[in-house]
Amino acid sequence: MDFSLSEEQEMLKKTAHDFLTKECPPSFVKETIKDERGYSIDMWKKMADLGWMGLIFPEPYGGMEGSFLDITVLLEEMGKASLISPFFSSVILGGLALLEGGNEKQKDTFLPKVIQGDVLFTLAITEPNGKYSSDGIESTAAKSGEGYIINGTKLFVPYAHVADHIVIVARTGNGLGPDGITLFIVDSKTPGITYTPLITIAGEKEFEVTLDQVEVSYESVLGDLNRGWPIIEKVWPKVIVAKCAEMVGGAQQALEIAINYAKEREQFGRPIGTLQAVQHFCSDMVTDVDACRYITYQAAWMLSCGYPCAKEVAMAKAWCSDAFKRVTAKGQQIHGAIGFTEEHDLHLYYKNAKSWELLYGDSTFHREIVAQQMGM
Amino acid sequence: MDFGFTEEQDKLRQKVRDFLEERLKIGDFQVTSNGWIESYSQEFSKEMSNKGWIGMTWPGEYGGKGHTYIDRAILMEEMLTYQAPIGFHFLGDRQVGPAIMHFGNEEQKKEYLPKIINADIAFAIGLSEPNAGSDLVSVKTFAKEEEDCFVMNGQKVWTTGAHRADYIWMIARTDLEAPKHKGISEFIVDLKSPGVTVRPIINIAGVHSFNEVFFDDVKIPKENLVGVKNRGFYQLMAQVDYERAGLERLMQNYPLFVYLLDYVKKEERDGQSICKNPHVRNTLAELEIEYQVGRLFCYQVAWTLTQGHIPNREAALCKAYCTQYEQRLSDAATRILGLGGRLMPGSKWAPLNGEAPDSYLWAVSYTIQGGSLEVLKNIVATRGLGLPVAKMKS
Repeated sequence: MDFSLSEEQEMLKKTAHDFLTKECPPSFVKETIKDERGYSIDMWKKMADLGWMGLIFPEPYGGMEGSFLDITVLLEEMGKASLISPFFSSVILGGLALLEGGNEKQKDTFLPKVIQGDVLFTLAITEPNGKYSSDGIESTAAKSGEGYIINGTKLFVPYAHVADHIVIVARTGNGLGPDGITLFIVDSKTPGITYTPLITIAGEKEFEVTLDQVEVSYESVLGDLNRGWPIIEKVWPKVIVAKCAEMVGGAQQALEIAINYAKEREQFGRPIGTLQAVQHFCSDMVTDVDACRYITYQAAWMLSCGYPCAKEVAMAKAWCSDAFKRVTAKGQQIHGAIGFTEEHDLHLYYKNAKSWELLYGDSTFHREIVAQQMGM
Repeated sequence: MDFGFTEEQDKLRQKVRDFLEERLKIGDFQVTSNGWIESYSQEFSKEMSNKGWIGMTWPGEYGGKGHTYIDRAILMEEMLTYQAPIGFHFLGDRQVGPAIMHFGNEEQKKEYLPKIINADIAFAIGLSEPNAGSDLVSVKTFAKEEEDCFVMNGQKVWTTGAHRADYIWMIARTDLEAPKHKGISEFIVDLKSPGVTVRPIINIAGVHSFNEVFFDDVKIPKENLVGVKNRGFYQLMAQVDYERAGLERLMQNYPLFVYLLDYVKKEERDGQSICKNPHVRNTLAELEIEYQVGRLFCYQVAWTLTQGHIPNREAALCKAYCTQYEQRLSDAATRILGLGGRLMPGSKWAPLNGEAPDSYLWAVSYTIQGGSLEVLKNIVATRGLGLPVAKMKS
């Protein structure tokens, strides 16, 4: 057992922390949320120069061949800074789907560009039924001449408005099961696709993507026809743990904000941090944050090693979903009214906690998976 | 980061498990919540001593095996899974031995460490007094230094196992004039000394687990003072981080969880397996996740010790968290069992042989012993997070 980061990971963490502290202060995050594009091109280029987009991709595509544990470290810092960017949609959702499911030609064509930050990918999976299971996929792709015609509605598609390519999950076979689902790499400008922004609690750039008689070629099939769901199943645990990593960082930052405030804010002629009610809140918060970190890194370590970890992944998301929310709620209580304002920074984390709790399954959803893993 | 174990550690775990399976078959003990500390057996401790499993983290010069604290955590995890009867040597192994190594003189090390390792002697710990609980520095038991000995007068309370132990490791006041925390010393006292009286206290689970210990002009040889006179409180503060560190704060009622999970899978209610009930599934999954978090905390503490650091914030945080988990487990278990959750061990119709309500009663002590939950949270907040300390009257 070893609870410490490697030297390289410590360096990555420090680089990320220093970069994001300078380039992505809360004021920048707040501006970005209000900005229509939802990220800074200048900063995106700098992130690409740091090699972040290629961190977990193999060297032949220009990647750094890092482990999933490495990117967990990076994502923690991104969550800590509440970074608003297409990193998650392009690298984690789109990039991992390409890596796990793409054929050699597709990987050669797209991965180097994703890694350089030159093209943006995203993934369109969820539909109005809000399910993460295969039976939630109702969009259809019907064979037509040399290709397919896709119809359906996708929701919560992150950064769809700026993505160059969208990986669309659609049904090519009959029934509602995991068979007969295919992933397509679709040019975002293809006729028949329309984008409508959704107004999300934390200001994330998410869209309704409607697909109306969208014609795509046979070459756009990602991997094999009808074999799309196994790709999603391979990518999904990593998506979940990647989100947990951001939650670890977010919870850590909310804790630090609260501690600093408790030390400075005076009432009754003394810092409120001397009051045991506040001290016990902070103690509960750090307990939650430490637990988020250990349980998330345990899952990330298992993913890095290639061990089966369905239970550990579900435990991580169940825990982080509840704990991040508890930490930010206690942070709000410590702050009093100032925490309820947009000028303060705490709300960024309070909102992220709720938003990310509901993404990829909340604690109830994941506890059911744990129950199954316990043989119940 | 690495959340796995070495091959050697896997072997150690298997060895311990094989040993426990064998002793279980012989009928040395039963797998019952709290059995690890209540089932007191010098014979069993001797067996463990022969295996080299007492003092296993101690350096070779004191008869130890130089194992890491992770190794010891593995040993303890198995002992607690089986609730093996380790009460005889437990306090000596965990706490008194390391304290003697840190603060004792050569004679004391030679006198006591081999006896602890060989399971020849058992220790109790004498800290709390009627007016010194969380405010431990207010102890009043007074050891007056005379020409050839100390003369002790006063009283300890909540002293676990004092009715069975050979010695009590305790603190007493040695300077009445000095500020409170600068007038306390540590002593090893033979419980058979004239003037020592042990009075049983029956806890709410109906068990004689702890005691009052009275000292009436007890003559204590000078060589039984440990460390530096009047520095006892500072010495103690370094020791309690060991006390707070272990898996024994997470797994005191571990069998209850195992039995409960088995029960809900096998038994039916309303025509279907109890475990198909969504509330039951959710509750048990939640407990499992909480347990796994606690386990990570415990191993993190063991890892911190292995790195040569004192786990101050980590140990306090770990104990605060884990004992609350144990309480939630016992409460949830009684509710899942319904009316059967009211039936105590030995009763006709008692599901899981009454472990659930029994554990619910014991669980009261979990968040009190070894530092109350609230005191531990204070430690996490002030020493761990650097929040300012309010001035207290002393």
